[in-house]
Amino acid sequence: MTSSTTPLHYLSLAEATAALAAGRVSSAELTDAVIARAEAVEPRLRALLSADPASARAQAQASDARRAGGGSLGPLDGIPIGLKDVIAVRDQPLTAGSRMLEKFISPYDATVTRRLREAGAVLYGRHNCDEFAMGSSTENSAFHPTGNPWALDRVPGGSSGGSAAALAAGEALATLGSDTGGSIRQPAALCGVVGLKPTYGRVSRFGLVAYASSLDQIGPFGRTVEDVALVLQAIAGHDERDSTSVGAAPEDFAAALAAPSAPRRLGLPREYFGEGLDPEVAVAVERAVTHYRELGCEVREVSLPHTPYCLDTYYVLATAEASSNLARYDGIRYGHRCAAPRDLHDLYFRSRAEGFGAEVKRRIILGTYVLSSGYYDAYYLRAQKVRTLVRQDFLRAFEQVDALLTPTSPIPAFRRGEKANPLAMYLCDIYTIGANLAGLPAMSVPCGFSRAGLPVGFQLIGKPLGESELLAIGHAYDRVHQWGRRHPNL
Amino acid sequence: MSTPAAPQPASYEAVIGLEVHVQIRTRSKVFTRVAAGYGYEPNTLTDPVVLALPGALPVMNRAALDAIIKAGLLLGCEIAPVCKWDRKNYFYPDSPKNYQISQYDAPVCRGGSVEIELPGPARNLMGEHKRIPLTRIHLEEDVGKLNHGATESLVDYNRAGTPLMEIVSEPALQSGEEAYAYLTSLRATMVQGGISDCDMEKGQLRCDANISLRPVGSTTLGTKVELKNLNSISFVRDGIEHEIRRQRSILERGGRITQETRDYDGMTGTSQSLRSKEEAHDYRYFPDPDLMPVVIDAAWQERLRAECPELPFDRQRRFLADYQMPFTQTSVLVWDRPLADYFEAVVRLGAAPQAAGNWIINDLRRELAAAGLDPAASRVSPANLVALLRLVDSGAVLNAAAKEVFVEMFATGDSPDAIADRRGLRAAPTDSGELENWCRDAIAGNAKAAAEFRSGKDGAINALKGPVMKAAKGKANPKVVDETLRRLLATG
Repeated sequence: MTSSTTPLHYLSLAEATAALAAGRVSSAELTDAVIARAEAVEPRLRALLSADPASARAQAQASDARRAGGGSLGPLDGIPIGLKDVIAVRDQPLTAGSRMLEKFISPYDATVTRRLREAGAVLYGRHNCDEFAMGSSTENSAFHPTGNPWALDRVPGGSSGGSAAALAAGEALATLGSDTGGSIRQPAALCGVVGLKPTYGRVSRFGLVAYASSLDQIGPFGRTVEDVALVLQAIAGHDERDSTSVGAAPEDFAAALAAPSAPRRLGLPREYFGEGLDPEVAVAVERAVTHYRELGCEVREVSLPHTPYCLDTYYVLATAEASSNLARYDGIRYGHRCAAPRDLHDLYFRSRAEGFGAEVKRRIILGTYVLSSGYYDAYYLRAQKVRTLVRQDFLRAFEQVDALLTPTSPIPAFRRGEKANPLAMYLCDIYTIGANLAGLPAMSVPCGFSRAGLPVGFQLIGKPLGESELLAIGHAYDRVHQWGRRHPNL
Repeated sequence: MSTPAAPQPASYEAVIGLEVHVQIRTRSKVFTRVAAGYGYEPNTLTDPVVLALPGALPVMNRAALDAIIKAGLLLGCEIAPVCKWDRKNYFYPDSPKNYQISQYDAPVCRGGSVEIELPGPARNLMGEHKRIPLTRIHLEEDVGKLNHGATESLVDYNRAGTPLMEIVSEPALQSGEEAYAYLTSLRATMVQGGISDCDMEKGQLRCDANISLRPVGSTTLGTKVELKNLNSISFVRDGIEHEIRRQRSILERGGRITQETRDYDGMTGTSQSLRSKEEAHDYRYFPDPDLMPVVIDAAWQERLRAECPELPFDRQRRFLADYQMPFTQTSVLVWDRPLADYFEAVVRLGAAPQAAGNWIINDLRRELAAAGLDPAASRVSPANLVALLRLVDSGAVLNAAAKEVFVEMFATGDSPDAIADRRGLRAAPTDSGELENWCRDAIAGNAKAAAEFRSGKDGAINALKGPVMKAAKGKANPKVVDETLRRLLATG
C-alpha cells in the first residue's frame, strides 16, 4: 500500500500530493493513469456519463507547468478529480442523469467547480447518478446503471453511485457527490470509500442541480478520511451566490486530523440498531465501536426519539421542494422538447412526460400533492415541525456526546433490480436522512467487508459545523484500518 | 287609465379595490447581478439565474428591499420585522422557473393608506381629500414578456427578475374618478420617493381593478370582476366607469354578475371576458428554501426614514399655511419635487413666496419645457433668482425687462445684475432730477391735459406719461412716473 507498489490510479490523494511535490510523478502521468484505468473498466462498470480526456490532459499540463515554475496551488494541484453529473462545469454536459438534460451543456461553473479549478485540480469525468439525484442505487439513471466495483451485478448505491464507484475503481483520486438524504454516504458505504456530507451551508450549492434545496449538500468522496479533509478544504466556505451558505470562520480541516485525539464521547442511537439491520453490517459496525473503546473513547447509548418519523418527513419536504425545483424543465428555454407540439399545454405535457423518468414523476406528483391547497398544513407544515423536533433530538444528544456512530446503510450492496418496490428502496436511507433533516455533518467510513466480500461502512454524525472534530474522530479509526485503500478485483 | 307604478330600480354603489404593480428602479435585478433595464435587445439582460438554468440560485438585492421599506414608510405601513420569501408555483412561459419568488403570508408592508384629492368645485379651489386604506405591499420578481406571432410565440426575459412591488388597496374606492386620484397620488409618492419612475408606457406601473356593485346601504360585497390591461391612468378611470355601467345595467335588468377577469380596451372603450373563476390557480405557495429570511431592524428603518421626502399633500398644506400662497400655485409645485425644492431654496434666501412662485411656475417652467430640462438642470441658481426678484422689487429692473433678463439667466447662468448691465436693461434712475425734468417738460408741453387733470379728469394724466416714457427710452418706472406727475400737477 505504499506509493512505490500502488498503481498511480489507486494512490491516495495525500500520497499523490506528496509524490507530485517530490517530483516523483507528474500530473500528466496521474491523469493518464486514471484515463487509462477508466478506459479499461468503463465497459463493465459504467460509472461515467461523459468524460473529456483532452481537457483533463490540458489541465494536467497546465498544473505541471505551474509546478515547474515553482507555483503549486496546494495539495489538489494536479490531482484528477471527478464530479457527479449534477455539478455544473462550464462547456461540459450537465445531464443530472436525465433525458431532460441529455443535450444540455452548462455555460457556467458551479462554485465548487471554480474552487477546484482555483486549487489546481484536474477535472475529469462526469459521474452517473440517479435521475436528478432521486434514488439509492443509480438504477434511476436515464442512461444506464452503474455496477458496484466489488460485485458488478450489484448496485453502487445512490444517488451518487457513479462517483463512489469511479473512485473505488480508480477512475479518479477523489470525487464530488451530492447528498440530500444519504446520496454520498450510502454509496460510499456500498463501494468501500469515505464519503462526507458537510453541514448544510458549509459548501455552496451554486451550480448544483437542485433536488431538495433545504437538504441538498455537496461533499467529497475519498479513499481516506484525510483525502476527504483535503478536498473539503478546497470546496468549503461562504459563497455570496448561495444565500444559504454559512459564513463560518475558515478552518484547517487537514490540520485538525493531526491534532492529538483526545478520547471522545461517542453515542450509539438505539433507534439505529433495530429491526432491518443486516447482522453482518451490525457485526462490522460493532467492531468499529470496539476499536473506539480501545482508543479510550467513552461509548454510550443515546436516543433520538423522533427517528421513526424521519423517512416520512423527508419524503414530504424533499418532494415538495423537488416539485417546484423541477418545474423549470419545461422544454421552453433548454432541455428536452417534444416533437411538433400542438400548443403550449401539449409542449409542457409531452416534453415532461418524455423527459422525466418514473421516480422523478412519482416525486413531483407527491410533492405537488403535499403543497396543494387544503393539504399544506397537514403535510408540509407538519413535516417542518417534525423536522425541528428531529434536529432537537440531535442537539440534545450532543449535550452528552461528541458524535454519534451508526451504520450507514442497513444492508450491503444489493443486486440490481432487487428493490423494485419504491418503498423498499426508500428504506436504504433510514440511517442517513436524519443528518439531512437536521443539517448536520455526517460521514461514512469503511469498516470491513461482508462474507460475500461486499464493503460495509459506519456513519459518524457530528455537531453543526463540527467537521473538524468529525474528521478527527473518523481519522482516528481510518488511519489504522484504511479499508478504503483496498482494491476491488476488477 | 293608470298603469301600476314600475318597481323603483334599486340604487347601486360601486366597491373598487386596486392592485398596483410598481417596478422598483434598481441597477440590477432583484435576485441576481445582471442589469435591470428597458428597451434593450431581447434576452440580453439575462444570466443563469434569470434563465433558471440548472443549479442557479437567487440572492436578494438589498436595494429592492430598501425601496419597499421606504414605500411602506411613506405610506404609513407597518413594516414586518423579517422579510421572508415564498414561491408562487404556476406554469407559464414568461416565468423562467415556473414559479415566481414572491411574498405570501408575510408581506414587508401591511396597512397604511394613500391620500387622494378629488376634483374641486373649480380649478383654483381644493377638492375633497380622502385616505384610501391599503391592505399590504409585497415584493416579488417581474416576469418576462411574450410576443405572439402568427405561428409561434417568442419570449423576452429582459424584464424577468426586475424587482416589483404589489400594492393592494382595501376595497374602499367608489368611482373611476377616485381610482384616478389614487393612482395620481401613489405615482407621485413613488416618483418623489425615488422608488420608481412609474412610466406606464414602459410597464413600470401597472394596475388591475376589482369592481363589484351592491345596493346602497348593503354591507356585504357583490360578485367582483377583475379588470386587467389598464395601461394608462385615464384608462383605469374610464375602464372602471365602463364596468360600473355594465354591471349596473345587468343588475337593473335583474341579471347576475359572473365572477371573471375582463380585458378593457381603452381605445374602443369596451371590455371582454378573459377567463372565469373556474380556471383559478392553486399556486401551492411555500417558503423559498433558497433564500434566508432577512431581519429588518429599527436602525435599518430609521436610515430609510431619513431619506423619505415630505409627501405632496403634506407639503401643500405647509405651503398654504406658511407661505400664504394661492392653491393653484401649490398644486403645481408640490407634484414636482425638484421644482418645489427649488422654490423652497429661493424662499429660504428671502424671496417673497408668491412672487417666487410666479416666476418659477410661469417663467422657469416655460424655459425648462422649451429646453427639455429638469429643474435640477436649470442654470438659474436660487441666489440669482432672488437677486432678480430684488431688482424688480426695487424698481431697478422693470417687469418687462426682467423677463428678458430671466431668459438670458436661463441661457447663460449669469447673474441678473451682470445681464441687466450688459444689455442696458436697468430702469432709469428714479432719484435723479432727470425724471422730474422730463415730467415738467411733459406738463408744459400739454397744458390742455394738465388743465383737464386739475379739473378732476383723472384719466387725463395718461396723456402726459407717454412723452415721459419716450424721453426715458422706456426705462422709467411707470409707478414713479405716475407719482412724480401727480406731485408736480398738485403743486404746480
